[in-house]
Amino acid sequence: MNGVTRVLRQLGAMTINGVWRLGFATRFLLMILWYSGQSFRRLHLTIREIYFSGVLSLLIILVSGLFVGLVLGLQGYETLQRYGSSDALGVLVALSLVRELGPVVAGLLFASRAGSAVTAEIGLMKTTEQLKAMDMMAVNPIARVVAPRFWGGVLSMPLLAAMFSAMGVFGGWLIGVVFIGVDDGAFWSQMQAAVDFRNDVLNGVIKSVVFGVAVSLIAVFEGYDCVPTAEGVSRAITRTVVSSALAILALDFVLTSFMFRGQ
Amino acid sequence: MMSRTTLDLWVGVFVALGCAALIFLAMKVGNFTGLNGAQLYSVEAPFDNIGGLKVRAPVKSAGVLVGRVADIRFDAETYRAVVRLDLDTRYAFPRDTIATILTSGLLGEQYVGLEPGADVDELKQGDRIQITQSAVVLEKLIGQFMFNKAAETPVQQ
Repeated sequence: MNGVTRVLRQLGAMTINGVWRLGFATRFLLMILWYSGQSFRRLHLTIREIYFSGVLSLLIILVSGLFVGLVLGLQGYETLQRYGSSDALGVLVALSLVRELGPVVAGLLFASRAGSAVTAEIGLMKTTEQLKAMDMMAVNPIARVVAPRFWGGVLSMPLLAAMFSAMGVFGGWLIGVVFIGVDDGAFWSQMQAAVDFRNDVLNGVIKSVVFGVAVSLIAVFEGYDCVPTAEGVSRAITRTVVSSALAILALDFVLTSFMFRGQ
Repeated sequence: MMSRTTLDLWVGVFVALGCAALIFLAMKVGNFTGLNGAQLYSVEAPFDNIGGLKVRAPVKSAGVLVGRVADIRFDAETYRAVVRLDLDTRYAFPRDTIATILTSGLLGEQYVGLEPGADVDELKQGDRIQITQSAVVLEKLIGQFMFNKAAETPVQQ
C-alpha cells in the first residue's frame, strides 16, 4: 500500500513539475520577447552572441555539411545507377539536403555546439549569483543576458542551415561530377527542374527558423532554470542537448507533415 | 577579449556567407528564375482522363515552361476532370489551342503540353480550352496492342 502511494505521489509530482516548467518556459519566452526591444538598443550584445553561437559554429557546420554531401553522393549514385538514372543524382542530393538533412542535422549540431555553451554560461552566472547581482544593480538580467543569447541563436540557425545545405550540394557535386563522372549539365539542370524555390528551399528555411527558436529557447531556459550547483549546471546542459534533439526531430515530423503531404 | 570591430567584421562575414548560401540555394539549386513573380492568367481545360497529373505540374509549349497546373477537380455533371492552368501573361495562345497530357521520358512526371492552333482570337482569363487529349494509360495501350496482335494472326486450320 505504502509503495503504491509513493509511486502515485512521484507520478503526481512529475506531472505538476512538467506542467509548471512548461508554463514557466512560456512565460519566460514572453518575457524575452517583452525585453527584446530593450536589449536591441544595445545591439552589440546580440552581435557578440551571433559571433559566439554562429561564427564559431561555422567550421563544424561546413565540414559536416561537406561530409554529408559526399556520403549522399556516393550512396545515391550507388542506388540510382542500378535503375539507370544516375543523372538524377543532383535531385536526390539537393532535395534531401534542402528539405530535411540541412535544417535537422544543422539544428542538432547547433544544439550541441552552441546551445550547450549558452546553457553552461547562463547556469554558471546563476550559480555564481551574477544574475542576482545584476538585478541588485537594476540591470534586468533577461534584457542584458538572456535576450541577446536567444536572438543570437535564432538569427544564426537559418544561416547555418543554409550553409550546411549549400556545402552538402557542393559535396554531392564533388563526388558525383568530379570523381564519378556524372554529366555536369544533367546534374544541375535536373536539380533545378525538380527543386522548387517556394516548396522546397523556403520550407527548409522555415524549418530552420523554427528549430532555431526551439533550440535557443530550450538553451536559455535550461540555463536560467538550473539548480545553482555544479551538478545542477551539468544536468541542465545534458537536458538542453537531449530536449533540443527531441524537439528538433518531433517538430521536423510535424512541419514535414504540414508542408509535404504529397498532394 | 576580441575588439569590437574585429567581432563586427566576423559577424558581417558570417551573415554575408549565410545570405550567399541562401542565394545559391534559391538560384542555382532551385528554380527561382522560373515563374515566380510573373503575371499569370488562368484557363480551364476539361480532360477525359488526366492519368497521374499533379497540381503544380509544368505546362509546356514547344518544350518551354509557360505555366503550371493550378488546380484539378472532378466535374460531376460531365464526369470529366477539369484542370485549371496558370499561364504566364507574356505568352498568349490562340483560342483553338490543343491541350495534351504528356509524359517526360518513360518514367518521368506528367505535364500538360499546349499546341497552338490558328485562331486569331486569343485565350483570356477564365476561358476554356475546347480540344484536349487525355493521358496515355499504359494498361489500355497494352490491351489495345494485344487485341490488334490477336486480330492480325491468321487463323490456322
